[in-house]
Amino acid sequence: MTKLKVDGNEIEVPDHYTLLQACEEAGAEIPRFCFHERLSIAGNCRMCLIEVKGGPPKPVASCAMGVRDLRPGPEGQLPEMFTNTPMVKKAREGVMEFLLINHPLDCPICDQGGECDLQDQAMAYGVDSSRYRENKRAVEDKYIGPLVKTIMTRCIHCTRCVRFTTEVAGISELGLVGRGEDAEITTFLEQAMTSELQGNVIDLCPVGALTSRPYAFQARPWELTKTESIDVMDAVGSAIRVDTRGREVLRILPRVNEAVNEEWISDKTRFVWDGLRTQRLDKPYVRRDGRLQPASWQEAFAAIKAKVDQTAPERIGAVAGDLAAVEEMYALKQLMAGLGATSLDCRQDGVMLDPAAGRDSYLFNTTIAGIEDADALLIVGANPRFEAAVLNARIRKRWRLGGFPIGVIGENANLRYDYTYLGAGTDTLSDVAKASQGFFDALKNAARPMIIVGSGALTGENGAGILSAAAALAREIGAFADGWNGFNVLHTAASRVGGLDVGFTPGEGGKTFAEMASGGVDVLFNLGADEVDIAAGPFVVYVGTHGDRGAHRADVILPGAAYTEKDGTFVNLEGRAQVASRAAFPPGDAREDWAIVRALSAVLGRTLPFDSLAALQRELYQAHPWMRSDRVEPAGHDGILALADRAGTLGAAHLGSKLGDFYLTNPIARASKVMAECSRLAAGEKLQAAE
Amino acid sequence: MLQDKDRIFTNIYGLRDKSLKAALKRGHFDGTADIIGKGRDWIINEMKASGLRGRGGAGFPTGLKWSFMPKEVGERPHYLVINADESEPGTCKDREIMRNDPFTLIEGCIIAGFSMLAHTCYIYVRGEYVRERQALQRAIDECYEQGYLGKDNKCGWDYDIVVHHGAGAYICGEETALLESLEGKKGQPRLKPPFPANVGLYGCPTTVNNVESIAVAPTILRRGGSWFAGIGRQNNTGTKLFCVSGHVERPCTVEEAMGISFRELIEKHCGGIRGGWDNLLAVIPGGSSVPLVPGADIVDAPMDFDGLREIKTSLGTAAVIVMDKSTDIVKAIARISYFYKHESCGQCTPCREGTGWMWRVMERMATGHAQKREIDMLLDVTKQVEGHTICALGDAAAWPIQGLVRHFRAEIERRIDEYSHNAHEVRPVLEAAE
Repeated sequence: MTKLKVDGNEIEVPDHYTLLQACEEAGAEIPRFCFHERLSIAGNCRMCLIEVKGGPPKPVASCAMGVRDLRPGPEGQLPEMFTNTPMVKKAREGVMEFLLINHPLDCPICDQGGECDLQDQAMAYGVDSSRYRENKRAVEDKYIGPLVKTIMTRCIHCTRCVRFTTEVAGISELGLVGRGEDAEITTFLEQAMTSELQGNVIDLCPVGALTSRPYAFQARPWELTKTESIDVMDAVGSAIRVDTRGREVLRILPRVNEAVNEEWISDKTRFVWDGLRTQRLDKPYVRRDGRLQPASWQEAFAAIKAKVDQTAPERIGAVAGDLAAVEEMYALKQLMAGLGATSLDCRQDGVMLDPAAGRDSYLFNTTIAGIEDADALLIVGANPRFEAAVLNARIRKRWRLGGFPIGVIGENANLRYDYTYLGAGTDTLSDVAKASQGFFDALKNAARPMIIVGSGALTGENGAGILSAAAALAREIGAFADGWNGFNVLHTAASRVGGLDVGFTPGEGGKTFAEMASGGVDVLFNLGADEVDIAAGPFVVYVGTHGDRGAHRADVILPGAAYTEKDGTFVNLEGRAQVASRAAFPPGDAREDWAIVRALSAVLGRTLPFDSLAALQRELYQAHPWMRSDRVEPAGHDGILALADRAGTLGAAHLGSKLGDFYLTNPIARASKVMAECSRLAAGEKLQAAE
Repeated sequence: MLQDKDRIFTNIYGLRDKSLKAALKRGHFDGTADIIGKGRDWIINEMKASGLRGRGGAGFPTGLKWSFMPKEVGERPHYLVINADESEPGTCKDREIMRNDPFTLIEGCIIAGFSMLAHTCYIYVRGEYVRERQALQRAIDECYEQGYLGKDNKCGWDYDIVVHHGAGAYICGEETALLESLEGKKGQPRLKPPFPANVGLYGCPTTVNNVESIAVAPTILRRGGSWFAGIGRQNNTGTKLFCVSGHVERPCTVEEAMGISFRELIEKHCGGIRGGWDNLLAVIPGGSSVPLVPGADIVDAPMDFDGLREIKTSLGTAAVIVMDKSTDIVKAIARISYFYKHESCGQCTPCREGTGWMWRVMERMATGHAQKREIDMLLDVTKQVEGHTICALGDAAAWPIQGLVRHFRAEIERRIDEYSHNAHEVRPVLEAAE
């Protein structure tokens, strides 16, 4: 700890603090443009100038100097800094004037207006008139992709975007070319950016140079209703803020959650919102004469009742998709129990994870923040860059600190960090040492090693064997110690951990999803499972939001609410229960999913014992107390050790990621025009004008 | 006036044989091994005693700089980097050393490298200096062949010198930008602290020195620090290469004692001012970045760090730019402003935005197309740039203008008056092409 004085007030701060952080600690606000807590220090905007006593007679950039570098006074007095002297004020006003001379004063047509750092700080440090009589600089706008719109004349060269892409996203896509006043931010030859975290540069840009292209000219920030919520595009559970006007979602921004997403979100999370407007199911449908026809809720329920009444309980099944909240899965499970049916499954991809093996066998036990404490990593059958882009940024963050060997079994893809490629097959997993003795030793000698097993690798007949083999390997390399659990499963579906937690899996004599889909049941309740085909035969009741694959196969469609339109709990891959909040209302006759299940239960004569979401949650919390808070309860490792004992010989299989197209993993994304454009670009397709 | 026996650079004009053999005859590499044998502390103490101040412009004591390096080599190797990116307009001393007297530099590199426990030296040569690089490389190759460099050499300190050619950016003469450029990155200054002596080239302890500072070191150590300290005035000791350009009869680069008066320097070596002393208008005594002074102020001033500071300018690199009364002084400073606008790296705000602004106003002042109140505004802008930037380029851009306004405000005002008096004249109206 270092003692120092800020504006006469004595404070004590940790040694690694910069002067800027020390001043903030003391309650003095320091204006800044280039400084950002999560990026390297550039010190180039010069807005954070302060006066340091005893130094040279010029102001110091407070972001770039550490408190450690301060020298005490001649008689051992505490180092002193001032943030409010005339010298500081003059210096900051000077910098502000320089920033403004070539900045267009087009705030009325700028999308950043109202949430612009430059605008705000100009209120504090700007002068009322300009002394600049020369022509202003104009800079050509650059095309850098379908997500980020550029108005480069507004750029103040803080280089936050350059540092973000280089440091966090891990790909040098943006750079500062030219020098002096001709310096410009651009991508190489104006290519589109390819990072799946690129949207974050919009938030980082302190001015309106980089803005959201889909959101362009849609709204002003003060018109929007802001709702804090949780993202469901992947299993990470990023903290988001949903901005709505009326019933339309206009944009999605990240919130800070140090334990999960820091303050980044993936592009799918950020730009998927236009998919919430298109292809929506807004009224119930019933298949009559082979065609889906609009119906009333009563008609739809009657059709279901007629079918269920004729069916034996063991021929009734239910499946939950990737975007289902815990509440509706719980309600549906209760309904199925009422009907006496045991065929339930929340694993539409057929991943061989079983809650019976213990909660630790399917969680990301290390936790996301825990990655920063790890000292070696083996990735098995996963591509975290696409399966969990924000989590991948955390791995990269750890990797950048050095001393973090990473090995990959599976796809040899660009993960934005260097790794030892070990192989693609199960034979490599059984004998890592054979693939690379050096890496195996590093893994074994590490004090806190990690293994990440992708859920894609755990599907199919080999899945259980691969899980056991990974558990055995984790035990062999010493991944379990006091306070450390290095065994992790990387899920891709937001609903998955929640579903496993509430036991939305086949009960006694129950059938798995694959068995149900291939005709093992006669009535199938489908809670938004759109990723797989259901064979002809079963009567499918689809509760979902979009006219996607599941709806096409349905016999009765009950329109549900998307994640921005309902309150619902989502348990992320760490086992962290977080509550998403309703930001808008579902369209037309659509209702919140739990309410649909509740209403249906009454029609079927198996009335569920809750009339409100609060009552449902009360019951849910009683059964699963950890869902009450968003803390992660350590799950121990007994289950994993038991799995490890079961390890046997593995059949040959390829351990690849099974995510498919990153931009089109769920019905909301598939309905989004922006995501379609991104997908097309990522695939390298080019549009050609008609001749 | 400096006597010939006290000259360090004996072949600065390249009139004699430039080979290593001839250099050995002139006394280079004489007893280098003995000097190294006396040890690190002796060398640094002797350098401190000599009072040598860095010849790159800032005038930081060289011995003190060497002593900042860690005393022992830890996990990271030490590096010596020679700043031969001599880009300051008016300065042409290092190029003479490199092309005519390169062995002074090479020997200095070995000794300086030893004193800071570096086994590798990088010489960063300015992009435009093609012939100089070739001459320097030829000399280094010769030293390798003759066993003065490399492993187990005659000097008794394993040493390698790598010549690196820059790409012609002025900013790469700033020590940390030079290191960035050497590492293969874009030449932009680093933030200090940490200083290069702690975290320098490739993150290792590094000292960056000017060519001349290093080239004079062997002779100082051979003849003793007290000999060097005996020349010139206190705190401004030794000999210095002056590069006189502009309106003198015979522009030249010459080694002279520090503290020589301006008049003597010009009379003795340059054949006087063109058109006589009465024709002297102004002098920029230390390269384009220092403030100019009117001729009358500098004529009898001693040419050294402190002497020139008293008349509110600076010795800089001792590149003396002499301007007689035929000079359009405002236009000259406007041209210097353009240079700094062109060479600004664009990293930090005051310099990036300020240099362009200052240049544009200067161009208008050169024609008189300005308001008188803009003179004070311009001065205010230079103050807003000065001291607020990462590196010294901001200061360098501000000082010439401050010097101009300080001494030639009347001339600027006269032009503004003249311009407005003639404002009634019919000027051709610009028409758009059809």
